[in-house]
Amino acid sequence: MFRSHFDVRAQPGFGLITLFTFFALYLPIAALVVYSFNGSESLSRWDGLSTRWFVAAWHNSAVQDAAVRSLVIALWAAFLATFAATMAALATTRTAPYRGLTFKYALINQPLMVPEIVTAVALLIVFSRIKVWTGYSGLGYLVMAHTAFCIPFAYLPIRARLESMDLTLERAAADLYATRWMTFRHVTLPLLRPGIIAGFMLAFVISLDDVVITEFVKSGGQDTLPTYMLGQIRRETTPEINAIATVFLALSTVLVVVFFFVNRRKT
Amino acid sequence: MTHSRATGAHGGAIGLNGIKKWFGTFQAVDDVTLDIRSNEFFTLLGPSGCGKTTLLRMIAGFELPTEGSLTLDGAEISSLLPNQRPVNTVFQNYALFPHLTVAENIGFGLKMLGRPKAETAAVVADMLKLVHLEGRGDDPVTQLSGGQQQRVALARALAPRPKVLLLDEPLSALDLKLRKSMQIELKRLQAETGITFIFVTHDQEEALTMSDRIAVMSSGKVRQVGTAREIYDRPADRFVADFIGETNFLEATVERVEAGRAVLRLPSGATLTAGLPDGLSPSGKVSFVIRPEHAGLVAAGSGTIDGTLGNVVYFGTDTHYHVHLDDGATFIVRRQNARAGASGGPEAGQRVGILFGEDAAQILRD
Repeated sequence: MFRSHFDVRAQPGFGLITLFTFFALYLPIAALVVYSFNGSESLSRWDGLSTRWFVAAWHNSAVQDAAVRSLVIALWAAFLATFAATMAALATTRTAPYRGLTFKYALINQPLMVPEIVTAVALLIVFSRIKVWTGYSGLGYLVMAHTAFCIPFAYLPIRARLESMDLTLERAAADLYATRWMTFRHVTLPLLRPGIIAGFMLAFVISLDDVVITEFVKSGGQDTLPTYMLGQIRRETTPEINAIATVFLALSTVLVVVFFFVNRRKT
Repeated sequence: MTHSRATGAHGGAIGLNGIKKWFGTFQAVDDVTLDIRSNEFFTLLGPSGCGKTTLLRMIAGFELPTEGSLTLDGAEISSLLPNQRPVNTVFQNYALFPHLTVAENIGFGLKMLGRPKAETAAVVADMLKLVHLEGRGDDPVTQLSGGQQQRVALARALAPRPKVLLLDEPLSALDLKLRKSMQIELKRLQAETGITFIFVTHDQEEALTMSDRIAVMSSGKVRQVGTAREIYDRPADRFVADFIGETNFLEATVERVEAGRAVLRLPSGATLTAGLPDGLSPSGKVSFVIRPEHAGLVAAGSGTIDGTLGNVVYFGTDTHYHVHLDDGATFIVRRQNARAGASGGPEAGQRVGILFGEDAAQILRD
């Protein structure tokens, strides 16, 4: 009552703007989900409720391959990025501030600043050279590329967690005969765990979702789910693509929800 | 409960010799030399920023002295890491590990030392009993009250049986009643364990009631070291006299010094004898102090000095009489209240005399 003056919900037009925003954000997604249950061959003509496209997608070996590849790349990239981000976060928070520290933050977060297409082209050029030299053309390139752009996403929650941690806890551990490694193992790491899990999941979702860099870096037959879908849309399209997107959406939503709960538990 | 005595453990003696500490251009500790005896309850007392916590951190190993030597039982320890010193700390904010249970917190030190699980469990059980937290071992520490967390912090620091226990204002977050009972508790723990306690506080009352000896510090220097009584009754300088308790500051001229006491002449012509700080033989004008409870109110003309009575402040246990001296200064006399009727003492505006008690005056080293 007392606060209603400052409550944004009391501002004129709030309801209208909210309604508009909700429609703009969720109408396309809702349409996509609804049409994934379309029984028709066409994307746009509704022909009764059916799960045939989910079944079709499930039995499509190209979709299976792309999905497995996406998961493998995302798991590796998230793992490597989280590992690197943890080290980076420790190095940038467990130190007295020094000249050049800001530069290091910028360096770690560089993938957030540089347009993705630039990174994609750069990686294409570098990796094509390396492919020629080494003859290796496996998934390693995609894992490496994904790791690189996932690092800042993993870094942010881990660093936030480290910064909010009471430094006297590490001091207390040292006071109680713990070496630096034991302090890390028994105090810092357990307290950091929610941040690491959050960082891992964020990196995982970001990797799973990537199109631009993957499109440039992948060799023939290395489609991930997003690039496979992009390829499909260029040809004649069936609601199968909606079904895949819907499953994808469900997966991301679950991860984001888990991420939210893990983060909230940190109190 | 008395396991440390049973195993023959004894408190360590800490020697600080010419310790200096600079943080950039700020000098936090200025040439401190102290001998803290084995088995002692020693307090570093001073206002915030006086360097007492920095000194404690240097003993713990979290800070390195810029200059000087730091010894434990005679052996130099200033190059040892915190985990290599048999010295444990009770932190001001307790710094309990929030992801561990009460028992895991208490056993942390022993676990890090690689002691067998059975031994650790036994010590933890002992410690829980020692700090009256039996049956709470499996609770998460985050579920404990402030006072209970405080006791876990104590138990955790005592469990590895350090030679010296450092306490960094551990009672400051507790309410008054809890603080009083923890003061007694700490004193008991110190006596029972035989561990040397080094206690840091800015609370003079805490220092006076608990300590075997006190070092009063200000701006990085130790002003005076002594028992509570020595520091209260014979403050060495103006800072100590002012910081500990309430004091009346007066000036006089030294007539002569005899048998370790000085005979002073006040501007009013009255004479009195005053105690001297060690090694001081003053002459000319000096400052001296008299505690409010070491002086009494008498009829004008029959005391040491006269004045006009100003405010009379009732405190329950005693009453403070603010007497305006003829030179403009205010002298406070404290008189313990008897359960008398309405007819109290003198009233405001009246001329009164102040009679200094025997041995009440103490000359300051300025």
